[in-house]
Amino acid sequence: MSLVVERAGFFTSVQDLGRTSFREFGVSSGGALDCFGLRVGNLLIGNDEKAAGLEITLGGLQLRFEDERIVAWCGGEFDVRVGSTSLPAGHACLVGSGENLKFGACKNGCRSWLSISGGVHVEPVLKSRSTDLRSNFGGFKGRSLRDGDVLPLGLRPGSPAPAKVISSWTAPHGWVSPAKREPVLRFVRGVDWSRFNAASLQRLTSEAFTVSPDSDRMGARLEGPELKRVDVSDLISEVVAPGTIQVPPGGKPILLLGDCQTIGGYPKIAHVITVDFGVAAQLRADDHVRFSEISLADAHRLLLERERQLELFRVGLSLRTS
Amino acid sequence: MEIVPLGDSALIVRVRNRFDDKPEETLDKVLLVFRQLQAASIPGVIELVPAYTSVAVFFDPVTVAKATETSDKLFDWLATRIRAAVADVAGQGHTKRSVSRTVEIPVSYDPEFAVDLDRVAQTAELSPGEVIDLHSAAEYRVACIGFVPGFPFLAGLPKKLATPRRDVPRKEIPPGSVGIGGAQTGIYPLRSPGGWNLIGRTPLRLFDPERSPPLLLRAGQRVRFRKITRDEFESLSGNP
Repeated sequence: MSLVVERAGFFTSVQDLGRTSFREFGVSSGGALDCFGLRVGNLLIGNDEKAAGLEITLGGLQLRFEDERIVAWCGGEFDVRVGSTSLPAGHACLVGSGENLKFGACKNGCRSWLSISGGVHVEPVLKSRSTDLRSNFGGFKGRSLRDGDVLPLGLRPGSPAPAKVISSWTAPHGWVSPAKREPVLRFVRGVDWSRFNAASLQRLTSEAFTVSPDSDRMGARLEGPELKRVDVSDLISEVVAPGTIQVPPGGKPILLLGDCQTIGGYPKIAHVITVDFGVAAQLRADDHVRFSEISLADAHRLLLERERQLELFRVGLSLRTS
Repeated sequence: MEIVPLGDSALIVRVRNRFDDKPEETLDKVLLVFRQLQAASIPGVIELVPAYTSVAVFFDPVTVAKATETSDKLFDWLATRIRAAVADVAGQGHTKRSVSRTVEIPVSYDPEFAVDLDRVAQTAELSPGEVIDLHSAAEYRVACIGFVPGFPFLAGLPKKLATPRRDVPRKEIPPGSVGIGGAQTGIYPLRSPGGWNLIGRTPLRLFDPERSPPLLLRAGQRVRFRKITRDEFESLSGNP
């Protein structure tokens, strides 16, 4: 009923779909930076899609299972092995008692999400098992994992044990492997769009930005063309959200991610759309990223269409196992 | 009132465009809208977050689409529902604010805690003692909770005490630290970085995720600081 972290790797934490309804208290939503990827991973192994898994940043993780579990992962281009067998993204796999699971080098992208049948069963804090890494609560002892940690696992659901060790079925490639080279993130205009000068608005959509090493789960800091405002008046702090691109006075934009603070006083030039969060979560230092504008109605259409596809996928999975 | 999108899964209801000219009136209006929207239970709305002049509304577009039976114009549909909820005078009656008591926060202005007291005093051209007297005599109101969990941004700082934030923020500020940042005062609930001028420390825990409710202060609440001695601080924080 537990999982031994033999090597915690570069940066690994327990995450689920995040905390809702505590922003009023200043608590970040947090959760997997690619919630959709974690949901897909959970569905692939018969978990509730809200089950907590592990978010692995840049690899180096080695786990030892103490009982038989089914696992699946989604995310960047990682070399993942169960024992000596390679496990591609988006395939369910049976891991035997005493077996190892390793996340090796990450060729492209930055993060991945591992789902384990039964879920990582740490105590929920403020209705979520996510680790709040900024305020140090929730998840496993409110911190990222360390070598030797032993994680509690939940009861295994009556999940679809793959006939073979690795399932033949999988999910659409874009869902399980969202990392792209030179990605283009789609955005809708931010509330302070018109506070920026025309040249800056032009640069946002025509030039590439470089992800700064000073980026984390709170936000990806972007180097490159500076975005300048027309007016310089101080703004009243308002709520910000994951996906918000805010621009501090220096003109270097910050793309806010899951652990971002709840309010901010910098102008919000744009917001990356929800369906592109999975791509954004793969940005790592020195990556190039571009932005393109879409309408709010299109952002909603894309999101609803993806949910429809996920619903079909869910039905398909249940037919397979019935 | 203005309603603007905050990405595809949230929007901001801006009640006023200014805060400092009428902080009391603005907060009352924002909190009224907050309670009206709570009472309205609009389908798909997940959470509401008041801050200074606005209320943010987070929603699940999938649930909203089911309620509207269209994938188009989710934002317009929500904006219409929000305007209706705010215009509903009947709703204002039963959501009327209960008169909340003023929360008293004990603060020790001991020199060990008040590391920036001299800087604040110099800026205000007052003695450190006068700064403490002014700070602990005023009544404040929580304009917003944010930055870190449970951090109250308090409006109502005597104008004389306004002090610019430090040029270089501190990497680590002890929990309970009371600070002044620009025209506001606030309390760091957790160990965190920060650029405000520290003038004291409270032994109270402002945020505890294991406690229900997890925080001591909410937007709109009235707050006073009560000056305590270092000994009282130690005994209130449970130290020997």
